[in-house]
Amino acid sequence: MKYETVIGLEVHVELATKSKIFCSCSAEFGAEQNDHVCPACSGMPGMLPIVNKRVVDLGMTAGMMLNCDINRVTTFDKKSYYYPDLPNAYQTTQWFSPICVNGRVDIETSKGPKSIRIKQIHMEEDAGKLVHDDWSDTTLVDFNRTSVPLIEIVSQPDISSAEEAIAYLERLRDLLRFAKVSDCRWEQGSMRCDVNLSIRPEGSDVLGVRTEMKNMNSLSAITRAIKYEVARHTRALEKGTEELVQETRRWDDNEGKSYAMRTKETAGDYRYFPDPNIMPVVIDDEWFSRIEKTLPELPEVKREKYTGEMGLSEYDADQLVSSRALCDVFEDAVSVCGSAKEAANWIITDCMQVLNKKKMTADMLDINGTSLGQLIKLVSEDKVSRGNAKRILAAMFEGEIADVEAYAKEYGFIVSNDTSAIENIVKEAIAADPKSVADFKAGKEKALMALFGKCMKQLKGNANPQVLREILIAEINKI
Amino acid sequence: MKVYITKSEATGKNIVVDDMILTTDMPTTAGSKMLDGYMSLFEAQAVTALKENGYTICGKANTGEFNLDLLGETSHFGPCEENGVLKGAAAQTVKMGDAMAAVTLEVNGSSARAAALAGLVMMKPTYGTVSRFGTIPAACSGETVCVTAADVDTVKEVLTALKGHDDKDGTSLPQEKCVLGQAMPAKKVAVAKSLLTADADTLAKVEAVKAKLIANGVEVVEIEAEQLLLAKSAWNILMSAELCNNVSKYDGVKYGYRTPNYTNIDELYTNSRTEAFGYLTKSTVLFGSETLSEANYFKVYDKAQRIRRVISEYLTAVFAEYDAILAPVCSKTEYTVEETAANKYMAYEESTYTAPSMITGIPVVVTGGVQLMGAPLSDAALLAMAETL
Repeated sequence: MKYETVIGLEVHVELATKSKIFCSCSAEFGAEQNDHVCPACSGMPGMLPIVNKRVVDLGMTAGMMLNCDINRVTTFDKKSYYYPDLPNAYQTTQWFSPICVNGRVDIETSKGPKSIRIKQIHMEEDAGKLVHDDWSDTTLVDFNRTSVPLIEIVSQPDISSAEEAIAYLERLRDLLRFAKVSDCRWEQGSMRCDVNLSIRPEGSDVLGVRTEMKNMNSLSAITRAIKYEVARHTRALEKGTEELVQETRRWDDNEGKSYAMRTKETAGDYRYFPDPNIMPVVIDDEWFSRIEKTLPELPEVKREKYTGEMGLSEYDADQLVSSRALCDVFEDAVSVCGSAKEAANWIITDCMQVLNKKKMTADMLDINGTSLGQLIKLVSEDKVSRGNAKRILAAMFEGEIADVEAYAKEYGFIVSNDTSAIENIVKEAIAADPKSVADFKAGKEKALMALFGKCMKQLKGNANPQVLREILIAEINKI
Repeated sequence: MKVYITKSEATGKNIVVDDMILTTDMPTTAGSKMLDGYMSLFEAQAVTALKENGYTICGKANTGEFNLDLLGETSHFGPCEENGVLKGAAAQTVKMGDAMAAVTLEVNGSSARAAALAGLVMMKPTYGTVSRFGTIPAACSGETVCVTAADVDTVKEVLTALKGHDDKDGTSLPQEKCVLGQAMPAKKVAVAKSLLTADADTLAKVEAVKAKLIANGVEVVEIEAEQLLLAKSAWNILMSAELCNNVSKYDGVKYGYRTPNYTNIDELYTNSRTEAFGYLTKSTVLFGSETLSEANYFKVYDKAQRIRRVISEYLTAVFAEYDAILAPVCSKTEYTVEETAANKYMAYEESTYTAPSMITGIPVVVTGGVQLMGAPLSDAALLAMAETL
């Protein structure tokens, strides 16, 4: 018998907010253990939750990017279970009225295009982290991650292969990063995925026994886990090797095997109920349209625009749309300097060089695009040399430069048009280095470059290279 | 007789707060072994507001565990009693003149009962007009910070200091709704016939107040008010569900009591809670857990929420016609330690009278041993009415 695979994914994404969901603690990743903790997020009695509006902003943004309906009245509920990393012994989440429902993500695989339906997106708080210390054989709790805001994106069981699952996750990641909802870093746990999987005879409309694998944190592990589970389910159905039961399983990526964690019978009853301390969040038209206005063009729309009317190569366009930050700086720069090709070059080559040196990713580019545009313009007008422009660019990474021309003037980066000043420097250089002059006259082109370099250094790079070269040759010829 | 923990300093404007209200210079225990010696890192907004208005917190009054009980009989530190008669520690402190007023967290009617039995004046203001920030959570959807004193003026004075919008409490009402304004004199008061189930002495108190109202030119009319009887079960369902969830954070991991008897995390949880919680808290947790279970949520918890709305709608209709509802606060005029030891669910039975206002968040004034319930935000009118009695 032929079987088909039915997969639904639950994806947790940490939101890119400065502070936690119900208190003002920092939500930043990577702090010292228990540095980002207050009485609220460590579960002390008497603190009341105050909803971080930014979380709702980003929840809505995610929903709009994934074609969801936004619930204009959305509520928070409590989910009770005991675990030492959950200081209140309940997680505040959305059970009865999630912020987004009925969405869609369009994917492209080797079998062609497909739509994966989104059941819902809900907002919730993350749990803390248990750290086991083997030396003292104790387990310690780090509350930094407690109450860091998350959204959980629940798909319908529309996915039928590992390839589709990966295409869906990659598309989801692109869209959410592009809308600045999250940095979606698998390796830092800001994107995590639960895989719900079952198989059934091809064409059947009855779902098979479902197993769930929790907290998958890489695409390759997800691919391997799906393939393993499909094989296990098929074997069980065809050969009767084991009885399939509805259960939660743990995927061990090192061993390439999944293990039973708990069955439906032993699963917890989470006793959901509305949190009486959080009033329903009402999203009015003004709020809704404010968020709607912040939505970015989709990456493929930008790509089309870049290769079409703006005339960039496909390579350049791909480089730029790989990150929203690059696109933002690029578009701002073009609007000032007018040259898409130049702006793309400056970003893809020069900016990336600086970022690489600082061990930063493209997403972290936060220079002012307008300033970059001014700089490119100054170069194209021969007012600043390319070498000095790179110095100014490096300075932009250290702090904003609002008026680039004024900055260039202040630091002596403006190309001199004063030919008499250039002539004086050239005369001095010729007088100081008769050997190079003789060599050049004897036909050694390289000797001219040596003189040129010395003059340019004297002029601090602020000479039009063409003009300098002409004056240099003219002066040598006079001898 | 265990009354309260006193601080050394005391001034002319002494306020006693009960042990559900967090202070940073004295422990806050909620009357529970679980929080014995617990020192909070922050104080309640109520405490801050009192201090800012020149009051001194002179001590912490003993409470029943999480204020669920009848009159403080379930406190881990022993009940406040006199010759076997239960008093209610906060009210008794005021009665003895050690504090001008008591500020307590009303959860299931113990503050109202204590005031009624001691012949004091008490007001539970409209839900959301006094911040609950820094009160130990028990039943958040109804619990309210309230004031008890010897006379209406003092209650009014202290409430004025407490009332106000607080950004730290998401259920706090806008400032303009929190202010005690001017009130029109009452014209019409209803007597809730369904609640006239108390003993003769108590009913005589109702009659006395009724007579005074009539003498003041107020029209007094008896109404059936059978809907109010629904409140007892419904409030106890909601209260239990919320309490169950609210005390789940006391797990022996972070602070509070931790059992010495454990070898794994499950034993740590189970034994810490088994050894530290008292009988009423445990049974409330079990009941609350059951009402929230997947099997019962819609049958029990959700139904109780619907009943809450039915009662609110009924009260809206009543208050469209009447300025207040007059009713007893408890079924008799004295309760003993012995009685509550024999019947552990007396608080449940007696909540018949207090549950209607707890479940709807309406304001209540207790005076002359009876209560006057009013429409939401009619706090000033209720106080004005109490002043004439």
